[in-house]
Amino acid sequence: MSELTLTLLRLGLLALLWIFIFSVVGVLRTDIYGTAVSRRSQRKALKKADKQERRSSAPRTPAPAAGAGSAGAAGAAGAAAATPETPARKGRGRGKGIPTRLVVTEGPLTGTSLPLRSGGILIGRNPECALVLDDDYASGRHCRISPDPSGRDGWVVEDLGSTNGTFIGRDRLTGSRPVEVGTALRIGKTVLELRG
Amino acid sequence: MTTTVEPLTPRTRRGAELLLLLLAIAIVLLAWVTTDLNRNGTVPGNIIPVAGGFTALVLSVHLVLRWKAAYADPVLLPITTVLNGLGLVMIHRLDLARGQLGSEGDAYRQIIWTTLAVVLAVAVLFVLRDHRLLRRYTYVTMVVGFVLLLLPLVPGIGRTINGSQIWISVGPLNFQPGELAKIALAIFFAGYLVQTRDVLSLAGKKVLGFTFPRGRDLGPILVAWVLALLVLVFQKDLGSALLFFGLFVAMLYVATERVSWIAIGLLLFGAAVAFALSAFTHFQKRVDLWLDPFSQDNLERSNQLANGLWGMASGGLTGTGLGAGRPYLTSFAESDFIFPSLGEELGLFGSVAIIVLYLIFCERGIRTALGVRDGFGKLLAIGISFSVAFQLFIVIGGVTRVIPLTGLTTPFMSLGGSSLLANWVIMALLLRISDQARRPMPEMPVGVAAAEPAPAEVTQVVRLT
Repeated sequence: MSELTLTLLRLGLLALLWIFIFSVVGVLRTDIYGTAVSRRSQRKALKKADKQERRSSAPRTPAPAAGAGSAGAAGAAGAAAATPETPARKGRGRGKGIPTRLVVTEGPLTGTSLPLRSGGILIGRNPECALVLDDDYASGRHCRISPDPSGRDGWVVEDLGSTNGTFIGRDRLTGSRPVEVGTALRIGKTVLELRG
Repeated sequence: MTTTVEPLTPRTRRGAELLLLLLAIAIVLLAWVTTDLNRNGTVPGNIIPVAGGFTALVLSVHLVLRWKAAYADPVLLPITTVLNGLGLVMIHRLDLARGQLGSEGDAYRQIIWTTLAVVLAVAVLFVLRDHRLLRRYTYVTMVVGFVLLLLPLVPGIGRTINGSQIWISVGPLNFQPGELAKIALAIFFAGYLVQTRDVLSLAGKKVLGFTFPRGRDLGPILVAWVLALLVLVFQKDLGSALLFFGLFVAMLYVATERVSWIAIGLLLFGAAVAFALSAFTHFQKRVDLWLDPFSQDNLERSNQLANGLWGMASGGLTGTGLGAGRPYLTSFAESDFIFPSLGEELGLFGSVAIIVLYLIFCERGIRTALGVRDGFGKLLAIGISFSVAFQLFIVIGGVTRVIPLTGLTTPFMSLGGSSLLANWVIMALLLRISDQARRPMPEMPVGVAAAEPAPAEVTQVVRLT
């Protein structure tokens, strides 16, 4: 074997080792799991950027439609403006509408929100829970929010035999009870609210 | 501060694992071919069956992962393959230097041990469907751990090799049960601490700003720890004693989040070192060798450390090339000193690459601990990845003269079956825990789903309170 081949093999091995390390790191860079925590201010900034983008692209869209018939275009624009209003109105109205999110409004986790899932979400101190409360008055498996068992659209909250109880207003929850947008649940020092 | 928490569903990344695995096998084969070309000028004759077997072995683990733990961490297996393979190549290279060929060679035995270790790791993945099952056996694993630690002291099967009574021999096999005891005690500590950590961190007296726990909470753990250390000191195995000590302190710290544990640990460690320095001449010699390995007296007593250092120095930046250096001049070049051997022939670039691979391995272990959703899994993953990291610090720190040399194996690389078995089991456990950590959250925990048809009973419980 010539000296050159051996040198090339030696350096090639080192190069391959480092290529391996960089590919491992490359895989790790894209390997994200667990939960993503984002500040609301960041989300707002994102939304604002998104809106601005839309606004800047908006004047371009009606331009060709204006030639075809301005009345039709105006009607379409009116409908488009009305559409985003509807869910917002629904969200503000109490006792109306189907909630989609659970938001913590009081307690150590204030500001945390999580989507309601069709499999139901479990709330408690147990690390298995979807919302893990850091609250001394909460039980391991405190309560659960799941789809209405009677088949109607909507969600019910159910106490799972917690020691200190789940409260809606001043009433202690016994068994399951349907919830709507705006319903506030109290667990220990934590208050949860359902939002649309 | 308003935040939102959204679960992220990861991909399984098994395809990436396969690609990395092929790259890993290519590295090992290139290393092997380079060695034989440098030593004999020929490509090894048995390359096709051996390389085929090695490839089949690691690919079988990959397939088992696809089947049984689809969300397991994608980089642990490729990294382990590279490390184990480079260790095999170096052991084979030292065999060539000594003229031990074929079934006489250490590499032959090491390949058999590797196969056994892989089989054991696969068995762990099969049998252990959920790492939380181990928590049920908290006290059983404690007993198993102590039995394993005590076995070498049993007359008849215990053997003393190189001044340490840490071996047992059954038939033709020599085995170091302490390596497996490490895993058993890590499981025990994780199970025990996850139950008692609240009491350990909250109840107790405050002295000098540190909260010291109550005796009855601390009792079992202190007894276990003192027993383990006594056994190890009795068997004259300082490296393992240090490893166990570090493991316990680290797990207590992680479980309780109290800095006082590190303070207590360092104090106890300082006291132990002061005692050992004054009491054991054996220990004094080690420290002297560490401080001044090149003095005439010390070179006559043991030139091992000095030879290893000269070896790494002669390797320079890019090394002499596998098979072209002289690592066989150092005693124990294939076990304790395998890192200087590789450092000599792969150079600084190669040895740093090896350390980085170990670093990523431990990082994945700790990332798994952060990601997993149960306390026991967190503690166990931290415990076993810390033990690998600390073992590396002790042995690589020892051979590079950062700390006094105490004999321990380099995980996955050193010659020795027990160490290989134990480390592959550690990897299997990490894979299992990371599978749980990365798997998308189950829609509903099993226990609650079972209780679903009985809302009325739940209501009654509430009424009674």
